[in-house]
Amino acid sequence: MMSQGIVTVSYIIATILFILALGGLSNQETARRGNWYGVIGMTIALLATILGVVERHYEILFVALLIGGSIGVILARRVQMTQMPELVAVLHSLVGAAAVAVGYASFMDPGRLSHFSGVELTIHDIETYLGVLIGAVTFSGSVIAFGKLSGRISGKPLTLPGRHFFNLGLLLGAIWFGREFVLQSAIGSGMEPLIIMTVIALLFGIHMVMAIGGADMPVVVSMLNSYSGWAAAATGFMLGNDLLIVTGALVGSSGAILSYIMCRAMNRKFIAVIAGGFGTSGGTSASSDSDEDQGEVAPIDVHETAALLAGAKEVMIIPGYGMAVAQAQHTVYEITKALRAKKINVRFGIHPVAGRMPGHMNVLLAEAKVPYDIVFEMDEINVNFPEVDVSIVIGANDIVNPSALTDPDSPIAGMPVLECWKGKASIVLKRSMATGYAGVQNPLFFKDNTRMLFGDAKETLDEVLKVL
Amino acid sequence: MRIGVPREIHGGEQRVATTPDVATQLIRLGYDVAVESQVGAAANYSDYAYKAAGCEITTADNIWSKSQIILKVRAPENGETEKLSAGQTLISFLWPAQNPELVKELTDRGVTAMAMDSVPRISRAQKMDALSSMANIAGYRAIVEAAQHFGRFFTGQITAAGKVPPAIVMVIGAGVAGLAAIGAAKSMGAIVRAFDTRPEVKEQVESMDADFLMLAFEDDEGGSGEGGYAKTMSKEFIDAEMTLFREQAKEVDIIITTALIPGRPAPKLIMADMVHSMKDGSVVVDLAAEQGGNCELTEADKVVKTENGVSIIGYTDLPSRMAAQSSQLYATNLRHLLTDMTPEKDGNIVNSFDDEVVRGATVCKDGETTYPPPAPKLSAAPKKAEPAPAPVVVKEKPSVMGPVIGMIVGGLVLLGLGAVAPESFMAHFTVFVLSCFVGYMVIWNVSPALHTPLMSVTNAISSIIVIGALLQISATNATIMWIAAATVLLTSINIAGGFAVTHRMLEMFRR
Repeated sequence: MMSQGIVTVSYIIATILFILALGGLSNQETARRGNWYGVIGMTIALLATILGVVERHYEILFVALLIGGSIGVILARRVQMTQMPELVAVLHSLVGAAAVAVGYASFMDPGRLSHFSGVELTIHDIETYLGVLIGAVTFSGSVIAFGKLSGRISGKPLTLPGRHFFNLGLLLGAIWFGREFVLQSAIGSGMEPLIIMTVIALLFGIHMVMAIGGADMPVVVSMLNSYSGWAAAATGFMLGNDLLIVTGALVGSSGAILSYIMCRAMNRKFIAVIAGGFGTSGGTSASSDSDEDQGEVAPIDVHETAALLAGAKEVMIIPGYGMAVAQAQHTVYEITKALRAKKINVRFGIHPVAGRMPGHMNVLLAEAKVPYDIVFEMDEINVNFPEVDVSIVIGANDIVNPSALTDPDSPIAGMPVLECWKGKASIVLKRSMATGYAGVQNPLFFKDNTRMLFGDAKETLDEVLKVL
Repeated sequence: MRIGVPREIHGGEQRVATTPDVATQLIRLGYDVAVESQVGAAANYSDYAYKAAGCEITTADNIWSKSQIILKVRAPENGETEKLSAGQTLISFLWPAQNPELVKELTDRGVTAMAMDSVPRISRAQKMDALSSMANIAGYRAIVEAAQHFGRFFTGQITAAGKVPPAIVMVIGAGVAGLAAIGAAKSMGAIVRAFDTRPEVKEQVESMDADFLMLAFEDDEGGSGEGGYAKTMSKEFIDAEMTLFREQAKEVDIIITTALIPGRPAPKLIMADMVHSMKDGSVVVDLAAEQGGNCELTEADKVVKTENGVSIIGYTDLPSRMAAQSSQLYATNLRHLLTDMTPEKDGNIVNSFDDEVVRGATVCKDGETTYPPPAPKLSAAPKKAEPAPAPVVVKEKPSVMGPVIGMIVGGLVLLGLGAVAPESFMAHFTVFVLSCFVGYMVIWNVSPALHTPLMSVTNAISSIIVIGALLQISATNATIMWIAAATVLLTSINIAGGFAVTHRMLEMFRR
């Protein structure tokens, strides 16, 4: 048995290692080391707790750890990089479920009433209640997010009539049952309001994510990431454990910042995203635009595309989720290699919300072995477009829509976009002329220096590669 | 419908109106294509290649009498017009302004005639702009001809046998031909200077790494006329111009002149005295020879050698001297026009005056002369003006009061909390608030490219919630113990999965 002092010191070391793990992600060189810091920190925390606090049931504990760990490793090995968002959503739901379970277990512990009394008991109860509440929202929200990301649930936002009032009702209900819970808990009961609240929280999580459109999924995923952190922090308060509080707060603020970055990248207000239904709150202009005669699009075939690429000096590739769907990233890299062998400077421009979660495109390109020093963020690359000879837009739409800058009535007005039309030529790979998630027509397609290459991204690019 | 391509009969004309490649594409549009035997011989396109492309090889008479569409390079001459009949469509260069009799005859015969030289200069029609295609080739060829007669290197060299200075080329008129000449001369290593009356082309000239010659003359007049062509300039302007050319003539080795004003004889820019002041062995290539020439001493279709050894090249058939290239571009221009006129891709040509390009190019139709067309709606210009008020600033000004109010409210909440909460809670709360700030500082430094690994690693470490379960697993109460065990299982999935997948992703990020 370790002394409590050593356990605390281990927790402090774990905390520092966790901070280093996150800090390491500031660049690709240190990130791998950072991950090992995280692993070591987690191991120290687990060992200290097991050796210092756990008194019995070791066999069950180790069996659970072993089974869970194996499942986790298998999941991590098997997952396709395009499915990363789904995996992350699933993992979030587990944290949520764990927070709920820990909250219940803690509440059922009869020692609770003897440890705390008066204000301390009230605060403890509120902490338990909040932990379970956030945990339950995280759990059900993540499950729905998983469903949406994996296509099991339609990506369309579900907009119930009066949904804001519904949410408000749920919130008020949660508060009222919270009060009941604290009152009843003091006299030894309180299970009923806790269960009712859990149901309310689950409903809220489901409804919240159901109401969010496919394009906002990056925000949702990072928001749930944040929630899972807050759930851990609330649990930490409940248990009076600083390690949980610190870690929870780190994760919570990380997710919150990611959500903020995503919202800024789409020029959306966080509240508006949470309230759900892209375009439904913004206005009516989406339809008026598409009615206008935009001019004609100029199609291009595979041979001309290859010729254009081969003749260029500066090529910019702008991938969107369409590339991931078509699994075209490997072909894209083959093309990149072929072009680079011809001394053509190929770069990638990544919009923050390209893909289904923050940084998703970078991971996909990394998987296809694209070296990360030719992959650039929107803010780094936008100034370079005037010198680009050919931009290839693969399965992206809204993130290259010039009307975001020019048309104040557009639903995506003010959203920063990749300004590929400033280059000499753009080739847009699309399956059809359908609009993107925002449902906005894209004037880029009608510009003089834009050529459309219709068809499945992977097949078309394979052919381009063959010609090259 | 059947497209017929007869051999060009104009003396020295080597171009052909379609190439085997383009013929394939026309056939894909649903047309039958027939070409006269030996049609592309002068441009190095063999009958065999046409046959392989799916064309019928036949006689001139068969083509003229049995084709609904006739494609030619030169305007019909020497009895070719008589072979046309009502209902046929002729597409070629026609120069309707210069050839009113031809237009009248075509009209009387009920032929639909389209002049490739009258395709309006709008952005949509650039792909059919045969004048630009030909001018491009003429400009390039002008440099090739100049190099032929120059007898020296274009590029400067320092060799064991001594130093060779680079040739200095002056290009007058930076239109399509001028720019092509600049590009060709530049890539051969010459020093290139260019002059144009239109000040807006300065940028284009400089983009090709040539020097733009400025006039010592201040005027807001500018030389741009309608449709992007030059216009006639004032006397003062011309005087200043002459002074400039007189100075330059002494320095430069090669002068390429491309100055044309639509519908007028070419302006005389290089006077005899300038030519005489040029160095022995210098070359003048006059691309305006057909319209009388920019140089006083130019003779059309001839190379004049002056007493002081200056060659003045007045060829009017520069595109034809690169027949394979010019045929290919001209044929592609024709193909683009036909593609637009064959909306159904069924091999049936539709001459619709709703199409601005078709309207502009059509010289006569159904027995009526339709030249000149109504002035083109300059759709390009106003459209370009529109995006001027563009980048709408949608961002709202951040309110100064917002953060202040937020801070005050936040402070009050904290004070209220401090007033009621016990010591133990406040200790945890301090840790919580501080770690939020640490998180804030650390996360902003995370590279956006690593946001996905960030999420998976935060996922893994947020499973630290397992500690809660570990604390509870020792409980004697069986329910609590099993709940805790289940939680340990769930969270360990998360821990192992999160770290492992992060590791896997990070391994992929390679330079």
